[in-house]
Amino acid sequence: MKSLLDPCCERCTHTAQTPCKDYVRCLTEGPICHDDEQCKAERQRLLAEIKTEKTSAKKAVLFCTGTGCASSGAHSLIDLMESELKKHGLENTFTTRPTGCHGFCEQGPIVIVEPDQTFYTHVTPEDIPEIVEKDLIQGERVERLLYVDPTSGEHATTYNNTPFYAKQNRIILHNCGHINPERIEEYFAQDGYKGFARAIQEMQPLEVIEEVKKSGLRGRGGAGFPTGLKWSFAQQAEGDKKYVICNADEGDPGAFMDRSVLEGDPHSVIEGMLIGAYAIGADEGYIYCRAEYPLAIKRLEIAIKQAQEVGLLGENILNSGFSFNLHVKAGAGAFVCGEETALMASIEGNRGMPKVRPPFPAQKGLWAKPTNNNNVETWSNVPHILRHGADWYAQYGTEKSKGTKIFALTGKLNNTGLVEVPMGMSLREIIFDIGGGVQNGKKFKAVQIGGPSGGCIPEEMLDLPVDFDTLVQAGAMVGSGGLVIMDEDTCMVDVARFFLNFTQKESCGKCTPCREGTKRMLEILTRITKGEGKEEDLVTLENLAHVVKNTSLCGLGQTAPNPVLATLKYFRHEYEAHIYDKQCPAHACSALLSYSIDADKCKKCGLCARNCPVSCISGDKNTPYQINTEACIKCGTCLDKCKFGAVVRA
Amino acid sequence: MSAVHEELIDPKQVKLDELLDHYKTQKGALIPVLQQAQDIYGYLPADVLKQISKALRLPLAKVYGVVTFYAQFRLTPMGRNVVRVCLGTACHVRGGAKVLETIQKELKIEDGGTTEDGRYTLEIVACIGACGLAPVFSVNNVVHGKMSPDKVAGVLAKYE
Ligand SMILES: Cc1cc2nc3c(=O)[nH]c(=O)nc-3n(C[C@H](O)[C@H](O)[C@H](O)COP(=O)(O)O)c2cc1C
Ligand code: FES
Repeated sequence: MKSLLDPCCERCTHTAQTPCKDYVRCLTEGPICHDDEQCKAERQRLLAEIKTEKTSAKKAVLFCTGTGCASSGAHSLIDLMESELKKHGLENTFTTRPTGCHGFCEQGPIVIVEPDQTFYTHVTPEDIPEIVEKDLIQGERVERLLYVDPTSGEHATTYNNTPFYAKQNRIILHNCGHINPERIEEYFAQDGYKGFARAIQEMQPLEVIEEVKKSGLRGRGGAGFPTGLKWSFAQQAEGDKKYVICNADEGDPGAFMDRSVLEGDPHSVIEGMLIGAYAIGADEGYIYCRAEYPLAIKRLEIAIKQAQEVGLLGENILNSGFSFNLHVKAGAGAFVCGEETALMASIEGNRGMPKVRPPFPAQKGLWAKPTNNNNVETWSNVPHILRHGADWYAQYGTEKSKGTKIFALTGKLNNTGLVEVPMGMSLREIIFDIGGGVQNGKKFKAVQIGGPSGGCIPEEMLDLPVDFDTLVQAGAMVGSGGLVIMDEDTCMVDVARFFLNFTQKESCGKCTPCREGTKRMLEILTRITKGEGKEEDLVTLENLAHVVKNTSLCGLGQTAPNPVLATLKYFRHEYEAHIYDKQCPAHACSALLSYSIDADKCKKCGLCARNCPVSCISGDKNTPYQINTEACIKCGTCLDKCKFGAVVRA
Repeated sequence: MSAVHEELIDPKQVKLDELLDHYKTQKGALIPVLQQAQDIYGYLPADVLKQISKALRLPLAKVYGVVTFYAQFRLTPMGRNVVRVCLGTACHVRGGAKVLETIQKELKIEDGGTTEDGRYTLEIVACIGACGLAPVFSVNNVVHGKMSPDKVAGVLAKYE
């Protein structure tokens, strides 16, 4: 046996064409159909190697190859490591392994040595020889590459020792960053497909639905609709042909948890869909992935092919009589296609415009057949529920919001990245304990949650627990789980304008309130940020917001006013300062800003002029520098660069 | 004789024919066909849209409607290097707009525009999923993270 996927001896007959019902268990616990100590030992040896357990003879060097680390040069590191290992004749003692995202993108490229859990950050090509000689050969950690905790100033030897990871509860992300997503055997080694095997062998479809209902799982696509209940609608619907869909459109700009799951653990989504399809009675499925995620699409295609080869997709899966085929569809760049009826229109090859309901997709969905759609993260929760049981799952989270949730922490905080925590943790813990607080010692202003459909939450409310119901009451929503942290330099009117600009551009134009209403609202907001706001603007804005919210056809329009309403509620004084005083308190709105250089303080060093990206600063050794305000784009680079405080922002 | 004949064969047309042949009986094929046709030609010329309409038996108006609905499709040719500036939320709060302004000043083109020498095309996008490295822009799908106005010129210059 070379690979876990190989038959242990000729007594093993499993193939996609001649499926065996015990296949999945057999791989990690087998052989099951015959007793043979040698076959068993061989399986256990391969398993320990894949899992890089302490007992394994081989160590593994893991390289994050998610979009973040890849852009910081991770692939060249792998090549270098491999040639370095060869040079020392170590290629059989150590393996290199490309993995999905570890979530700590800020620290990339990230390299981990297992089983020691050594966590190296900001690794450059020059560091590789040292890692080989010092760590791999001499067994000593390369201190200068370890993560330094910004608050205590101490080195963290293992990733579990960093505050970023220590407070997390990584269930869905467990495999991300640890297994090679392009090798199905690594997923098997982590008990992969056991949830599906249990469902199909030990449970009736209705029992599967009951189990999911009991777990309390609610949809992670935004609204938090109970997943088991949704499945039962499609299960009960009349029809010989049914579909399941995975919504991987991830339109919220600033959210990338679905992308990381698809890139780092694609089989968990496939396993979830298999379980759902069996429960509902569907034999075909689609994963609709946005075109901006080429790596996710590639990994999904590889995963689907591998699952077909071992007989986990296709006809008569595991000799159960159940068949299921799965396809990937690439989106074409339209936010509204994340809305499920628009998404189905897009799969059918039409303009992605939402439809009026009823009929609901559970009755008449894709190609007018009963269809069940769930979000990526929802699907990847399902295998865990079936593997460990509903009660195990329900121990995480709050009374009404069970399980964990992945959040994308971005914006002006120290530790940007992906975090997974139990539902109900407070925003303060997530932002300050895990996220490490605001960058550059600035003051926290607000956190935007829920993307273009969500709202902003001010400092006073940071102790709110994050669950589906509490946040809605506060005028925000969990949404996709994007958390954008804003500091004193962020203008909240500008943020509201930013989101409205986004939803207005993405409005499909089918219904009038959304098409025209968002346009008028955007005009008003733009006017205010330019210092041309009128006294009556705030009242008009609020009226329009309510009309758009109450009368739009789909969720896009119904939620588009939320960022405006939330900022008006908590940051009204900022709107008023723009309108009445013609000032932007955060000094962010460029129309209300001007830069100049104080000739008395200018030391004529020329640093500002050299760094100005549009060359609008002039002066020399003898004349103080001056800014040509006509050409200035107000980027603030000169202000940041000047060492003498001579640049003045007004 | 055959040499002359080969010269007349347009390799792009051959690929398009294969593509249309492969998809012509599949349901919901229009979007994948448009995507792959755009991969072949770099954009969607009018004549290609006519061929697609014929092969898939869809009215040209419908094909055109789908093309103009989705941001991914282009009716005009692209420059040699495609610069995509992210204006997603994470990039916005970390100064993405300033990066964009600097790029626009540098290249003197608007969103969707191409420089006269055909060297750059500029597109504004909302999130490419590298939010942890905000603000970002990508050139030919290579992501450049942690950008600032003063780094722009250096990155752009690398792409001929
Ligand atoms: C404008 C708009 C955009 C949406 N975008 C997404 C998206 O990107 N991903 C997603 O899973 N759901 C999105 N949704 C929600 C879906 O319509 C749907 O409710 C969700 O996929 C259901 O999955 P769940 O039950 O697992 O949460 C969007 C909804 C609207 C109105
Ligand atoms: S917001 Fe710019 S990459 Fe996500």
